[in-house]
Amino acid sequence: MFKFDKLVFGDAGWGDEFLIATLMTLLVSILSMGLGLFLAIITVWAKIIQNRITRFISNFYTTVIRGVPELLVIYLIFFGGNTVVMSIAKVFGYNKYIELNALTIATIAIAVISATYSSEVLRASYLAISKGQIEAARALGMNKFSIFFKVISPQVIRHALPGIGNVWQITLKDTSLISVTGLVEIMRQSRISSNVEHSPLTFLITAAILYLCLTTISGRVFKTLEVNYSKGFTT
Amino acid sequence: MIEFLNSIQNSLIYKNFFLVISGLDNTILLLLISLPVGFVLALLFALGRVSKIALLSRTIASYIFVIRGTPLLVQIYLIYFGLGSVKFIRESFLWYALKEPFWCGVIALTINTVAYGAEIFRGGIQSIEKSQVESGLSLGFGKFLLLRKIILPIAIRKVLPSYGNELILMVKATSLVSLTTYMEMTGIARKIMAKTFAPVEAFIAAGILYLFLNFLMVQFVKYLEWKYNPHLRLNN
Repeated sequence: MFKFDKLVFGDAGWGDEFLIATLMTLLVSILSMGLGLFLAIITVWAKIIQNRITRFISNFYTTVIRGVPELLVIYLIFFGGNTVVMSIAKVFGYNKYIELNALTIATIAIAVISATYSSEVLRASYLAISKGQIEAARALGMNKFSIFFKVISPQVIRHALPGIGNVWQITLKDTSLISVTGLVEIMRQSRISSNVEHSPLTFLITAAILYLCLTTISGRVFKTLEVNYSKGFTT
Repeated sequence: MIEFLNSIQNSLIYKNFFLVISGLDNTILLLLISLPVGFVLALLFALGRVSKIALLSRTIASYIFVIRGTPLLVQIYLIYFGLGSVKFIRESFLWYALKEPFWCGVIALTINTVAYGAEIFRGGIQSIEKSQVESGLSLGFGKFLLLRKIILPIAIRKVLPSYGNELILMVKATSLVSLTTYMEMTGIARKIMAKTFAPVEAFIAAGILYLFLNFLMVQFVKYLEWKYNPHLRLNN
C-alpha cells in the first residue's frame, strides 16, 4: 500500500524528481504571480482612470475570468494559445508553425487567473489611500511619476500585503491544475511516479505534504513582510 | 437577417452550446449534494472549532489547515486514485461509492467546502457581541436555544457575502471533477475539442454556461442577503 522507501534520492527513488518538481511549482508560481501583479496594475489603472471604454474592458476581463473555472481558462490558453500566437504572427508575415513551450503557457494561464484576484486587492488598497495625500503631493509640485512611486506605491503595498498573501496561496494551489498541460510540477510528478510504482496513495500524500509545506512556509514569509511593512503603525 | 441567423446556427459555438448543456445536469447534481451537506457540516465544524473542548477544537483546526493548504486537485486524486488503490477499501462497502467518479467528486468537494465554510462561520460566530449572548442568557435561554435563536442567525447573516464567495468557488471547483472521467460540462467540452480540433469554440461554449451558473448563484446570494438583513435595506 505505501512505498515511502521509493522516495529516496538517486536512481532508485523519486526524491530528486520531486525536488525538481517542487522547484518547478515554485518557479511557475513566482513567475505567474509577478506577471499577474503586472497585469493587475494595468487592470486597476484601467478601472480608476475616468475612461468608460477601458473600465468596461477591465471589468469584463475580471468578471469573466472570475466566473469561469480555472481549468477552463487553462485549457483555453493551452489548446487555443498556439492558434492565437500563430494568427498574430501571420499578420507580421511569419507563416511557420510556432509552438509555445509548456512553461510559458503555464505562466501566462496562471497569471491571467491570478491577476483578476490581485486586481481586486490592489484596487481596494488604492481606494484606501485618502485623496488628501495625493492632493498634498500635487501641491508640493510632485509629478505623476513620483506621486506613484513615493506616495501611492508604499501605502498600497502596506494595505495590500495581507490580500496579496491570500492571492499567493491561491496561485500556488492553482499551479496544480497546470499538470493537465504536461508540465512536470508536483502534481504531474506524483501522477507519473504513482503510475510507475502502482502506489498512488504514497505519491499523492507526498504531493499533499509538499504543497502543505509550500503554503505554510510562504504564509510565514508574508507574516514577516506584513510586520516589516507596517512598522510605525500600531494595529 | 435570415442569413445572419443561419450563420449563427451553423457556427461551432452554437452547436457546442447544446452539446455542453447536456453536461449541465451532472454539474448541478454535484452541487446539489455537496453544497447542502457542506453547509450543515461546516456549521457543525465551526461550532466544534469555537468549543472549549481543546481536543475537538484542535482536531478541527488541523483538518482545516490541511485542507486549505493543499490544492483541491490533490484531494480529488487522493480519493479517486488513492483510496481506490487500497485493498481493504476495495473489498469493503465503501467501494460501492468510491468506484464511481461521481461520488468521489461529491466527497472531495464536500470535504473541501466544509473546511473553507467552517473557517468562514467561525469568523461569524466569533464576531457576535458578548452582550447579545449575555442578554440571551439573562432571559434564561438554554445552550441550544441560544444557538438556534441568537448565535446562528446573526452569524450566518453576517458571513453571507463571504459564504457566497465560497459558493461561487464551489461552482468553479466542479470542473475539476472532470479529471476523474466524470462527464460534466468541462469534460464534455474537452471531448468536443478532441473530436473537432476546435478548442476555443468548445471552451467558450462551456465558459458561457459557467458564467450563467455563477450569475444565478450571485443572484441567489443577493436575495438571501436582502431577505436576512432587513435592517440594512435602504428603503423600507
